[in-house]
Amino acid sequence: MLNIGGLNEGIVIDHIRAGGAMEIYKYLNLEKLDCSVAIIKNARSNKMGKKDIIKIEGPFHVDLNVLGVLDHHITINIIKDNEIIEKRTLSLPDRVTNIIRCKNPRCITTVEPELPHTFKLTDRKNRVYRCIYCESRFKGN
Amino acid sequence: MRLKHLISPLDLTVDAVDEIIDLGLKIMKNPHKYAHICEGKKLATLFYEPSTRTRLSFEAAMLNLGGQVLGFSSADASSAAKGESVADTIRVISSYADICAMRHPKEGAPMVASLYSSIPIINAGDGGHNHPTQTLTDLITIKKLMGRLNHITIGLCGDLKFGRTVHSLINALVRYQKVRFVLISPKELTIPDYLRKDVLDAGKVKYTETDDLESYLPELDILYMTRVQRERFFNEEDYIRLKDSFILDAAKMQLAKERMFVMHPLPRVNEIASEVDNDPRAVYFLQAKMGVYVRMALIMHLLTLDTIPIS
Repeated sequence: MLNIGGLNEGIVIDHIRAGGAMEIYKYLNLEKLDCSVAIIKNARSNKMGKKDIIKIEGPFHVDLNVLGVLDHHITINIIKDNEIIEKRTLSLPDRVTNIIRCKNPRCITTVEPELPHTFKLTDRKNRVYRCIYCESRFKGN
Repeated sequence: MRLKHLISPLDLTVDAVDEIIDLGLKIMKNPHKYAHICEGKKLATLFYEPSTRTRLSFEAAMLNLGGQVLGFSSADASSAAKGESVADTIRVISSYADICAMRHPKEGAPMVASLYSSIPIINAGDGGHNHPTQTLTDLITIKKLMGRLNHITIGLCGDLKFGRTVHSLINALVRYQKVRFVLISPKELTIPDYLRKDVLDAGKVKYTETDDLESYLPELDILYMTRVQRERFFNEEDYIRLKDSFILDAAKMQLAKERMFVMHPLPRVNEIASEVDNDPRAVYFLQAKMGVYVRMALIMHLLTLDTIPIS
């Protein structure tokens, strides 16, 4: 198995759907962080067969619940002093802004680029979000 | 909580819809009693795309209430042509008028306006999305003719796939008891799947889907005709093939009940032959008239003038 060094302090975003790590990387703007980020793709997983993992070194203060919108399998491990001090599952936020973009070509957001792309959770069971303006549907993985 | 803006037909509770419709019917009986209730108030009609009927209906409604109107009737005549955002426009208009009716070609524009406005916003149609005052118009017409909104069999005929009017009307009517729908359309233009599954099936509503208008005509209390709209098709060939699918004429009207009513949101093209116009069961011009009364009631509701006792 590929070995990536352990973390002294940081977070591990685990159980990302295989192939989904780069999407998460982009959403979290990880390229702008001044710390090490490891992306592991196609790691073996008993639960999922294959999965992606992202390890981020150092303190990282972002509302990670938004990741649940994109991929509900994701779990978060918080690491301190080389140990997992917290395992967190994600809960879906009621509203997300500028995380997902409305793809409806008839939506007002297509002609007014300064408008925030805001989606509201309309069906928690099926993880369905709708654009607050045009009500177009978005369903995460 | 009292509604501040009307953006989607479902923003209104059933009780609020009933109140507005009843007020509209009261206004119809005694219009002179309401002729001064909006004196000193102004309605802004912000129409980013042309719509003669809806705009004039709103303007007539406000004038009938003794108020005044201002606005524009195409995006070219507004600051939108200079690139002004909906948010900025409405912030400014909020200080010129007391209430605003907005039509916009983009879906969700009136919703954006409502987020930045200090005056009530009425969605007067946003692309193919919502047109709540058309729904109110349809409901008040049915109530006026049938005396009720429950226990009816309504046939919806024509373009049921793209017709937002039909979708909104179904969503509004399923909230009443024992409404049965007969959905008459060519196979290519049946209602969207979400409406079938999430609204009709989930609500255990009785409905029939068919492409045979004649067979079901005798069962209907209301026949709601719609136009097949060219602008909803990407392919001209499909439009030409489907546009003449259902044409209501005098011969077909003979199959209908004596007390069945034919409605249409207008404008029509050729889906109702002009020979039907003289049939007393053809109520589409009455429907357009009812649209003014229900908009009068809505304006009063949003300006909280409907609580003032009228002698």
